Amino acid sequence: MTASSHFGPDRLAALPPLPRDEDGPVFEEPWQAQAFALAVTLSQRGHFSWTTWARTLADELAAAGARGEPDDGSRYYHHWVAALERLVVERGLGDASALAECRDAWADAYRHTPHGEPVELVSTQSHMPRASDRKRR
Amino acid sequence: MDHTHDHGHDHTHGHDHGHDHGHDHHHHDHDHQVVPDDIALRVKALESVLVEKEMVDAAALDEIVDAFENRIGPRNGAQVVARAWVDPGFRERLLADGTSAIGEFGYLGGQGEHMKVVANTSKVHNLLVCTLCSCYPWPTLGLPPVWYKSAAYRARAVIEPREVLREFGLEVPEDVEVRVWDSTAEIRYLVLPERPAGTEDMSEEELATLVTRDSMVGVATVAPPSGDGS
Repeated sequence: MTASSHFGPDRLAALPPLPRDEDGPVFEEPWQAQAFALAVTLSQRGHFSWTTWARTLADELAAAGARGEPDDGSRYYHHWVAALERLVVERGLGDASALAECRDAWADAYRHTPHGEPVELVSTQSHMPRASDRKRR
Repeated sequence: MDHTHDHGHDHTHGHDHGHDHGHDHHHHDHDHQVVPDDIALRVKALESVLVEKEMVDAAALDEIVDAFENRIGPRNGAQVVARAWVDPGFRERLLADGTSAIGEFGYLGGQGEHMKVVANTSKVHNLLVCTLCSCYPWPTLGLPPVWYKSAAYRARAVIEPREVLREFGLEVPEDVEVRVWDSTAEIRYLVLPERPAGTEDMSEEELATLVTRDSMVGVATVAPPSGDGS
């Protein structure tokens, strides 16, 4: 599988210019690729159109520029994540408090997992657990 | 990148550890995982919430991320290896203190872990593994390949490394010692492969193009440019 098999050049071209080379996007850290995959997958599943995604990301980048952040691409995927969080909440795919709780639960899981064991989040069916009351099932 | 992790103690374990997937090699606070940056946690939260609500499929996400396994820091490790081949001083610094030598390239980061570089020689072949899939020197090697994360590789690399290497197409002579390095929460390893014969006239940049990810994990050697790698 090639890196670009999931999306044609047209789809990348629709986005604000992203860090890439001739073969497609490049990432500095794994979370950036994960965030990239989330946006692609949500769009493929029809939760929002690629055009909507491109516009939301552009808005986020513009807002960062308005705050005086340097537009050098170094925080491109930080803005990508912020745009993703906003769209997920706006479209009712998840709510902000669930995201915040889940973030804390992950931090907690990392703190309490011994090295050599995979870090796993113990979740419930309906909502993400609070870090303080997680139980093993 | 910040690097506030300089303990000043030199871990020289590795030759024989790894046979028990040990939890016995660190008896202090760092036994637990390093908590990732806030931004990485936010991405994990997005993924967890969306997967749990079945808005996305975890396998579909993995498939896309796996497609990029060579797209994160892809050539960084190769540049380090090529420099070590042409610059004996750098090689010496690299083997003595991988963290700061690799830092000369600006490739530190991630979770601030120590880097230890282990050199292949005519007498020693080094192989990397981790019982935990996330222990991988990704600032230099990119994302771990799927097989590196597999339970089979993680278990077998320490039990029967020669057989595992044979399955990768690498026959290690009996008189060459195989050393298996099991990553820890604090230390990530990088294999410095041997420079292939017939590359005496190549520049550092040209040499870097020969160095593969697999050779820096230790499941392959670096083939000479002619294509005859046997």
